Amino acid sequence: MPEKNLITAIHDTLQEEMRRDDRIVILGEDVGARGGVFRATMGFLEEFGDERVLDTPLDETLIAGVSIGMALDGLLPVAEMQFADFIFPAFNQIIQEAARIRYRSNGDFGVPMVIRTPYGGGVHGALYHSQSIESFFAHVPGLKVVAPSTPYDARGMLIQAIRDPDPVLFLEHKKCYRLIKGEVPEERYNIEFGKAEVRRRGSDVTCVSYGLMHHFCVEAAERLSKDGIEVEVIDLRSIYPLDIDTVLESVGKTGKAMVVYEDNKFLGVGAEVSAQIAEHALFDLDGPVVRIAGPHVPAMPFAPTLEHWFLPDADQIEQEMRKLAEF
Amino acid sequence: MAKARDLHTDLGLKEEDLIEMYRYMLMARGCDERQWALNRMGKAPFVVPVSGHEAAQVGSAWAFEKGKDVFCPYYRDMALVLVAGFTPKDVFLGLFGKKDDPSSGGRQMPAHWGAKDRNIITGSSPIATQVLHAAGIAYSKKLKREDAVVGTWFGEGGTSEGDWHGAMNFAGIHKLPLVFVCENNQYAISVHESKQVAGSVHARAQGYGFPGHVGDGNDVLECYRLTKEAVDRARAGEGPSLLELRTYRFFSHTSDDDDRTYRSKEEVDEWKAKDPIPRFENYLKAVEVIDDKKVEELREQTKTQVAEGAKAAEEAEFPDPATAADHVYGDREVV
Repeated sequence: MPEKNLITAIHDTLQEEMRRDDRIVILGEDVGARGGVFRATMGFLEEFGDERVLDTPLDETLIAGVSIGMALDGLLPVAEMQFADFIFPAFNQIIQEAARIRYRSNGDFGVPMVIRTPYGGGVHGALYHSQSIESFFAHVPGLKVVAPSTPYDARGMLIQAIRDPDPVLFLEHKKCYRLIKGEVPEERYNIEFGKAEVRRRGSDVTCVSYGLMHHFCVEAAERLSKDGIEVEVIDLRSIYPLDIDTVLESVGKTGKAMVVYEDNKFLGVGAEVSAQIAEHALFDLDGPVVRIAGPHVPAMPFAPTLEHWFLPDADQIEQEMRKLAEF
Repeated sequence: MAKARDLHTDLGLKEEDLIEMYRYMLMARGCDERQWALNRMGKAPFVVPVSGHEAAQVGSAWAFEKGKDVFCPYYRDMALVLVAGFTPKDVFLGLFGKKDDPSSGGRQMPAHWGAKDRNIITGSSPIATQVLHAAGIAYSKKLKREDAVVGTWFGEGGTSEGDWHGAMNFAGIHKLPLVFVCENNQYAISVHESKQVAGSVHARAQGYGFPGHVGDGNDVLECYRLTKEAVDRARAGEGPSLLELRTYRFFSHTSDDDDRTYRSKEEVDEWKAKDPIPRFENYLKAVEVIDDKKVEELREQTKTQVAEGAKAAEEAEFPDPATAADHVYGDREVV
């Protein structure tokens, strides 16, 4: 089975899907001639032509709005927002239109579109190339928001996203693009949204995360294992739909829960996961639900010292895991 | 009196077309009058009037082919959606928020039109978002080599939105089969055109590399002529056009607005004197397509249709709250 990094898995899967289904259209800034600033669509223009691989004007609102129109007419647009930080001009089109069209038309229309976007920090991207945007979008019914953290999941979830009947925000962590490698089968498979993956079994603490943080959590858990502390590490993979059942089942076993995410802590994914644990598993808990997350500053700063201060790392996670295990 | 000069035959319009166009204008006006009455009776909480825009909407809509072309309207387009396949009853089902409202099953406010089976794309309240959808649909039609033209309608206020400029730009770049129709009634709620539009709406097309035309939006034949040329051009693969149809709304923006706070009675009266319906009626009589008797007959028919539609809609069922969480997603339940 070939080993690939995350971006290669995405590139290859997208390419295969485009070969299979000529309804798929790629659009975004620099996706054509340049093949995407992260090379996700490298070679696509040559293979599929400029009708199916569109270099759009520098207008994120347009990218979202035109994708909606394409989807309404039976195409399967896979749009790229060059950086998640630049998605906000398109917020209105995504929230008010893509998310609400099925509901507002009483099921008459649907918008099967994918918006892929690189997000997250740890790449010297500073305020405007490091943001996590999942909470803004996961808040809104009608959207699906997913964040695969491994090449295997990226392939299966991208295939799912393209065939999904609803708009999907497909978040790709920039730091994971080349850092994270793994085996990716050649065959076509899909991973249903709303199914978390327990990556590591443990009985002392439940640790919930996604994206880059998930890899830090696994690292921290491995270290603690040497001291006899066994942490169960869950990769959510999909923010909405959220697989709370897998989380609750684990918490029922460990009695301790922590949520790790690099987005701002306040009203982030950790707030929702914690609340649902409190609602459904209060009497299973033997300690407070802990959140490790980005601090309440507007975004990640540039200088290495400041970026390090912002982003949770394996050391910090290990420390908090230990504290919670010993609580 | 001698028969007046025929202006319609050269446009390809037959007498049946003219009578139908006139009938739709009457129908829209009739629905509008009825919805205001229902509003005053306390039976309809929210009304978006169309009166004054009938020529612009019917004239432009008539240039498209039903069943093939696509309509992306905005909230004032009642006459347009009537031409595209709504019945007066459909309009009132939406007005009352009833279960069988074709646009949304009672989910949206009135006048947020949409019906897949009539190629009318669902719309929202934020302004000009539909213009980008129209561009995406037009791109899709072109990609699929389908013989279809997309029309999108908006007010002059909509031309300030980034979405509108993005769609114009995209349509120009890709030479899309798309017709942009601005119903310029000179007011975006209270804001006058002079504070909304630098230069003029139709001139903006030049910056995007395709033609823009301005016309008298209260002259239904002129609205048809301009739109037909634009639709033909789009169908021939020659790209988009922008039309600015200058008109006026006779009533407030909606039933929640009071236009006396921003425009004078004199100005409103001046425009009411240019009412597109009597104007078309006079033409039709002058070219001897209709006479007083025919006018009376059409008015009676329309009146009955409107009254019956309103009554049937009023008596229709409201949606069941048990369905309120349906259709959030295409493949999963949320409740």
